[in-house]
Amino acid sequence: MTDTAPSLRLKTGLAEMLKNGVIMDVCTPEQAEVAERAGAIAVMALERVPAQIRAEGGVARMANPKLIKSIMAVTSLPVMAKARIGHFAEAQVLQALGVDFIDESEVLTMADEVNHIDKHEFTTPFVCGARDLGEALRRITEGAAMIRTKGEAGTGDVVHAVKHMRAMSSDIRRLTSMRKDELYVAAKELQVPYELVAWVAREGRLPVPNFSAGGIATPADAALMRQLGAETVFVGSGIFMDDGRHYAPLDVAERRARAIVRACTHYDDPLIVAECSEESDSAMKGLAVAVLEERELLQNRGV
Amino acid sequence: MMMTTAPLIGVLALQGASDAHCRMLEQRGARVRNVRRPADLDGLDGLILPGGESTAMLRLMDREGLFEPLRRAVQSLPCLGTCAGTILLAETVEPVQPSFAALPITVTRNAYGRQNDSAILNAQTALDGGPLEMVFIRAPRIDAVGEGVTVLARRGDDPVLVQKGHTLACTFHPELGSDPRVHAYFLAQIGHH
Repeated sequence: MTDTAPSLRLKTGLAEMLKNGVIMDVCTPEQAEVAERAGAIAVMALERVPAQIRAEGGVARMANPKLIKSIMAVTSLPVMAKARIGHFAEAQVLQALGVDFIDESEVLTMADEVNHIDKHEFTTPFVCGARDLGEALRRITEGAAMIRTKGEAGTGDVVHAVKHMRAMSSDIRRLTSMRKDELYVAAKELQVPYELVAWVAREGRLPVPNFSAGGIATPADAALMRQLGAETVFVGSGIFMDDGRHYAPLDVAERRARAIVRACTHYDDPLIVAECSEESDSAMKGLAVAVLEERELLQNRGV
Repeated sequence: MMMTTAPLIGVLALQGASDAHCRMLEQRGARVRNVRRPADLDGLDGLILPGGESTAMLRLMDREGLFEPLRRAVQSLPCLGTCAGTILLAETVEPVQPSFAALPITVTRNAYGRQNDSAILNAQTALDGGPLEMVFIRAPRIDAVGEGVTVLARRGDDPVLVQKGHTLACTFHPELGSDPRVHAYFLAQIGHH
């Protein structure tokens, strides 16, 4: 029996296991327990959910290892944690702690305005955000094992999650109809290697699982993103927050969490999504993305 | 029994790696159906319980009233469990959680560690044709096998592919590789059922 080198396949393998589900942001062990009870497929351990980061400002960094360890101790689910874009030392810490997935996240303050982390150097898989195909393929070239469309985190407004998923899908569809000589130009425009572009053109999908994040707050939002092609959804502030500053009571959060999970499973059955929407009648207040200034958008970080 | 049409295989699709199984089955000429509700079990020739999170699957089954129908289905249908699916089939699970108890095996969840301990290994098996590539992701470990269980492959001393009658279970992910032998073997069981 021989051990083969850690490979991207092993990393995307875990992402495959996380398909058809909901990954929830949690800030305390109690929230992790709520997420697990509600049927979440993984949790993202962090100190502040995006809505709080947005409302409170300041530099947003990797969570305290003490917090991450306390969350890992209470749940058997895979535990993810966020590192700042380009902050490979934070990522090394998260790998040493044994987290199952690292999110190189635009929700945190950027540590490097030019470079992302060389993710091939790690055994722990990485997920990165993307708004379109070029951004996704650049992250995959750097070693990302999962892509999540960015949306606009911490708003509870699904509009940019939709925009980014549609952009990704239509970019991929366009590639599949191109001649080979046109693919060279596409590779140049997308700023990614030709071989990767040719692979996507042939297969009609990303080479890693494609999930959705940013602004998903209701069961119907989750169903919408799944029907638009998201293989799983990330839910942040939409579960545990009433607005950018106040937590919802845990029983309310659990009801919402269960409803979103069920809607995600049965995304193509409107009657079940209706039941889920009834159960979860107190959506996060939210913040319309259209009223935000360009410089307030988290998605513009690290493209 | 001779199959006159392609067998119809249900793949539990509450969450987890159902897509990769469907691709593998379709390449082998089978028809597939995602199973999310009790009615989806009608008329199946076989069933696959895929990898994912067994705890999350159990909660979703509860909500859809799917646990009992699935428990009955795995008694009567040829079934392949992979990773979390194997946990669902096991008679005894550590730490304790409900299961279909269709296979007399004892399984410990996440026994090999977290994602950093996941591994791709190659080993000889009882299946025809050379070593088999096995992808282990946060894998459970089969700690004991009961009467009538055949071990078809091992990882060191640990059984990783086992069979009793028409029920097959493995702790690795045959759907994540390009080697279709486990799925082919499963489909052959349906032919003999």
